[in-house]
This record gives sequence, structure tokens and C-alpha cells, in this order.
Amino acid sequence: MELTTKKFKQCSLVTVKGRVDSGTAVELDEAFKEITKGGVHKIVLDMSDLEFMSSAGMRVLILTQKECNRSKGGELVLASIPQRIQESLQLVGFNPLFTMFDDVLTAVGHF
Amino acid sequence: MRTFPAKYSALDDIRTFVAQAAQKASLTEKAVYAVQLAVDEACTNIIDYAYGGETNQQIEITCEITTEHLTITLGDKGHPFDLDSIEPPDLNSPLAERDAGGLGIHLIRKLMDEINYQSTQGVGNRLTLTKERRAD
Repeated sequence: MELTTKKFKQCSLVTVKGRVDSGTAVELDEAFKEITKGGVHKIVLDMSDLEFMSSAGMRVLILTQKECNRSKGGELVLASIPQRIQESLQLVGFNPLFTMFDDVLTAVGHF
Repeated sequence: MRTFPAKYSALDDIRTFVAQAAQKASLTEKAVYAVQLAVDEACTNIIDYAYGGETNQQIEITCEITTEHLTITLGDKGHPFDLDSIEPPDLNSPLAERDAGGLGIHLIRKLMDEINYQSTQGVGNRLTLTKERRAD
């Protein structure tokens, strides 16, 4: 798994590449925590090069969404989700919990 | 049969191993991913609950292809852990009440066509996951 974080004026963009499983999910969690601890609660997750995500990663997304929602206007949005991952997110009832965008630019523009 | 250490770092190799079997069984790309995700979740449960955390003990994995099915058997020598004893998560609750965990077993149930669990004292635990080869 590879992570990069970029700070924009209105939000932070996290790009995750590769595979998020029980071993690597903790790094994703730490990246999100660093952003929210820095006072930013508007986050875009770019998933375009994500190959695999298990429930360990999904857990991190829910916990981060809860943290972001505590701040007014705060939200974690998901962008460019590969089809297989989108299907598994549907199976665990993610659709009402996350705003999802087809591309990163629109997701950043959402804030 | 192949054996893997009950460690998170083995999950990559485990997913590759079962994906190869799923591809050999001519499963669709969607079904190959489903098998990888279900086996990843099942192995995580073995590590976390059967063995109580990462350990040098082993997970034995067997892949069997028949005319109609791909059957993957996961064996461990940890504590018995019956998937049936786990309540399904509430997937309709609002975010504030949504439980972040407990999704793994739900995924295994959704992604596989048949699940069997057997625990035999002195022998160990055996989880059998079956996927129909003609599945989407």
C-alpha cells in the first residue's frame, strides 16, 4: 500500500494505492488521524489505484467519517472507486454514509 | 495444500494463492475478487479470534476444483470460532450508530455460496468456503 497526502485550501486529498488489508489499514488510519488532528475535517480519498480493500479498511473509513462529521461541514468523500471495491462497499451498506464521486476533481470541488 | 503463517503479512500471498485457483476454475473477474475478499476476511478472523492475534502458528489452505464448484478449505489449530454465533451487523443504522467492525463475516456470507464450519477437538478447526463456478 502507498499513501500520499496533499493539502488544498478547502480540503485534504489522500491518495491510496495498492492493497488495504488487516496489515496495512493501520497506516491509512494514521494518515487520516494526522489530517483531522491538524484541524482539517474535509477529506477526499482518491481510490483510483486501489486494488483491494478488506473490512479492515472499511472500518477505518467509517471511523474517519464519524470523526469528520463531528466538525461542521466536515466529511470524508470517496472518489474514483474501482468497480470491484464499489461492489463490496455496497454489500456493507456504505452508500448512504458516503458521498461518492466518479473523479477526484469533482470530489475536491464538492468542498 | 499450502500452509501460511497466521500473520497479516501473509494475507497478500494467501490472496494470490486463492486467486490463482479461482482463475484456474475459470471464475469471472468479479468472482475471483469475491473469493480473495472472503478468504482474506476468514484468515483475518483466524488470526484475530482463533489464534488471538498474530502468531507463528499456521493456516492450512486447500483449493479444490470440481465440475461445478471451487471449494477452499481453511484449517487452523486455534480456539473454536463459529461464524454462526456472530450476529449480522445492522447496515441500515445512521452513521452515528453504525458499528465500524463486524463487517468481515457479513462479507464472507454475502460473497460465498456455501459456508461450513467444523471444529474437532485435538484436530482443529476447518472452514469450508464454496463458490459456484458459473457464478457472476
